[in-house]
Amino acid sequence: MDSFVNWSLLALSAPGWGGLLLQGFVHSIEIAIGGYALGLLLGIGGAFGKLYGGPVLRDLLECYTTIVRAVPELVLILLLYYAGTDLLNQLLGLLGLGAVDISGLMAGIFVIGVVQGAYSTEVLRGAIKAVPAGQIEAARAYGMSPAKVLRRITLPAMLPYAIPGLSNLWLIATKDTALLAVVGFAELTLVTRQAAGATKAYFLFFCAAGALYLALTLVSNLIIGVIERHARRGFVEQR
Amino acid sequence: MSNETTHALAFSPEDLPQAESFFKPHRIVLIALFVGLVLAIAILMRWDWLPRYVPRLGSGILVSLAMLFSTSILGFLLAIPLGLVQVTGPWFLKGPARLFCTVIRGTPLLLQLWLLYYGLGSLFPQFPTIRQSFLWPYLREAWPYGVAALTISFAAYEGEVMRGAFAGVPEGELEAARAYGMGRWTMFRRIWLPRAVHRALPTLTGETVLQLKSTPLVATITVIDVYAVISKVRQETFLTYEPLLLLALIYLCLTGLLVLAFRYFENRIPTRGA
Repeated sequence: MDSFVNWSLLALSAPGWGGLLLQGFVHSIEIAIGGYALGLLLGIGGAFGKLYGGPVLRDLLECYTTIVRAVPELVLILLLYYAGTDLLNQLLGLLGLGAVDISGLMAGIFVIGVVQGAYSTEVLRGAIKAVPAGQIEAARAYGMSPAKVLRRITLPAMLPYAIPGLSNLWLIATKDTALLAVVGFAELTLVTRQAAGATKAYFLFFCAAGALYLALTLVSNLIIGVIERHARRGFVEQR
Repeated sequence: MSNETTHALAFSPEDLPQAESFFKPHRIVLIALFVGLVLAIAILMRWDWLPRYVPRLGSGILVSLAMLFSTSILGFLLAIPLGLVQVTGPWFLKGPARLFCTVIRGTPLLLQLWLLYYGLGSLFPQFPTIRQSFLWPYLREAWPYGVAALTISFAAYEGEVMRGAFAGVPEGELEAARAYGMGRWTMFRRIWLPRAVHRALPTLTGETVLQLKSTPLVATITVIDVYAVISKVRQETFLTYEPLLLLALIYLCLTGLLVLAFRYFENRIPTRGA
């Protein structure tokens, strides 16, 4: 080794590992975005079920959020990863269709989405409860259907209350993608470990991956700040 | 990004079922269904491996709990100075503390853990002084790296909480302490620190539950905690679901016990108007 750090290992083309690292990073971001979006959908449904649903639905949702929040993500990911693919194949088998090979990307999105769904259920439930009841009552008094109340009043009005929690969830989603390395999905952390193991340049690769994650967090923070300012326009500045 | 929303993520004492108003007709039906499900799992799935692994599972749980408590306590002790210097420290302490919190909170714990274990673990043997020191027998094992990574992570997250807690202590109380002629150290020891810790306590429950949920990561660097024992079971018995379901149940119980213990201690701390 002539210099202390062999930067050429990070080169983008074949002998360097930079290209693979960036590819893993893109996979991580894809899973984070997909899982977060799925989690938001589950969260909106879950929050409405918890607030307006019948007693049975409410209890079932309570079980869902409690279990997800009390069991480590790593265990949930393993369970959902195996159980999810297995159940889907059995279902397809029952329908007379052949087994499909589920791509790691879809499985990862599903797993992160289910975990995120429980968290966003809680965040959105709190945010919906913070919307003044009179606004929703006024919408009902205008004769809006429940779907229209949701689209026109509840979702826009709760957004400023939900954004701090939701932005935390986004940051958690980006970091939870690293756990998929344990089930062998080639996202950034696993690629980094492979690169580091092959070249023995552990510090270089782990620090490079850390810098990528950190850049994602910092850029996200900037964007979140803009969204938050936009959503809170018209609010009295609280101190 | 604010901190008051993070504790929505962790299981908190309010989530435990209340004894009164718990039994309603539909709940009895649900409980019956649930008991049926548990019985079906117990009868239809294979559990004959369980007795053989009970001793190992027990020691695995103890390792997980030891990881949790040691890293939470060490991390909290680190978090106090981290929070304090971010509130009152000079710039050359404030800057690094803020940088530390940002970097640790911005990168995944798994990556930090592997950086310490594989990175430092491959670096240390190159220095003869370290190889000959009394620390070497420990540095060859995996658990010090696990403890270090979990401690650093807890310190960074709790440091942010403590920063808010120190900044939130009313100025008047500190002025009153000064007016009584307390020195800086006495004021910190008697007023500022206890008030800040009191303010940080509700989030401490959530952070500790999150910490418990991070402990299985140490199994990826060959520490034999309960997660590693279950992985071993899965390799030896070729079963997929049974060990994982048991593992989820174990963590569910641990979280429940932890939350109950915190609720007990929180109720013992007197608060005005509560």
